[in-house]
Amino acid sequence: MTGLIMSLIPLEGFEAPGVHSFDIPPLFKGAPWFDKYMLQAIVSVILVLAFWLIMARKQALVPSKSQFIGETAYFFVRNTIARDMIGHDFRRYLPLLMAIFSFVLVNNLWGIFPLTLLPTASHVGWAYGLAGMVWLIYNGVGIAKHGFFGYLRHTVLPSGVPKAMWPLIIPLEFASNILVRPMTLSLRLFANMFAGHLLVLVFVLGGEYLLLHTDSLVNKAAGVVSWIFSMAIFGLEIFVQSLQAFIFAVLTAQYISSAAAEEH
Amino acid sequence: MTALELVGSLGIVGYGLGAIGPGIGVGLIFASVIQGTARQPEARGAMMGTAWIGFAVTEALAIIGIALAFVFGG
Repeated sequence: MTGLIMSLIPLEGFEAPGVHSFDIPPLFKGAPWFDKYMLQAIVSVILVLAFWLIMARKQALVPSKSQFIGETAYFFVRNTIARDMIGHDFRRYLPLLMAIFSFVLVNNLWGIFPLTLLPTASHVGWAYGLAGMVWLIYNGVGIAKHGFFGYLRHTVLPSGVPKAMWPLIIPLEFASNILVRPMTLSLRLFANMFAGHLLVLVFVLGGEYLLLHTDSLVNKAAGVVSWIFSMAIFGLEIFVQSLQAFIFAVLTAQYISSAAAEEH
Repeated sequence: MTALELVGSLGIVGYGLGAIGPGIGVGLIFASVIQGTARQPEARGAMMGTAWIGFAVTEALAIIGIALAFVFGG
């Protein structure tokens, strides 16, 4: 069986991409913390800051082309994410949501930018950091609004639940709102970026191996097809990366709004 | 003598099984959005907002699955 597979698919010398593909050595010998992920994150902060500062600098009544782009991006975050999710009190959280959306978007798009080709959040630490920050903020918003015990009661007990159901509802709501939310928020971002980058690696590295390291003509043709198809995967990745940045910001807004909601 | 020897990680099979449920769920969500848009096109914006949240919550199961596939597979 193994011999049959081996004669059909030549795999000698091919190192399949896996978790080890994400262990990237640090850029400088002396600084183990300064790797490609860190560099991308720093550059993305500079880019995001520069974009919004330049957009906000010259405000004209009749917008120029660049101001129009900035305003469209601003209105997208303001109306679709902040206002639809948080409601009338959305202005306080708008800067946070703008920052989170642009930071996550730029960092995801590093995955298809030709010079980097690595989404920052495909290293799980970055996703943990972002989700931990969101967790602190939405719990902080809730505690500031309702007080510590008021917030705890507000989170674990939806209003209108009959007393007989309390032993069932309270642990479930606590687990879902306090423990699972940060976990899914970070793992969603991480796993989408990780799986997307892995998919790209499989197609590109597999195509490279089939085209350049095998002799049969069928394999070479398959390698070319694999490379062409990797372009379609890149297209899918652009969609997934933008969607994940949007969902990350939407869920942040939703968590904040549910923590700050009034009792009904 | 073994007739057929398979090598690999059972975690991947588990992920395949675990992805069935979220796949059906995500399909149901967007099927409902399409139906709702066909019945009442002006309500599309409100429906899409809810749909993305439902999509994210449903997809979380598949995401936990892929994370656990690597945890148990490694």
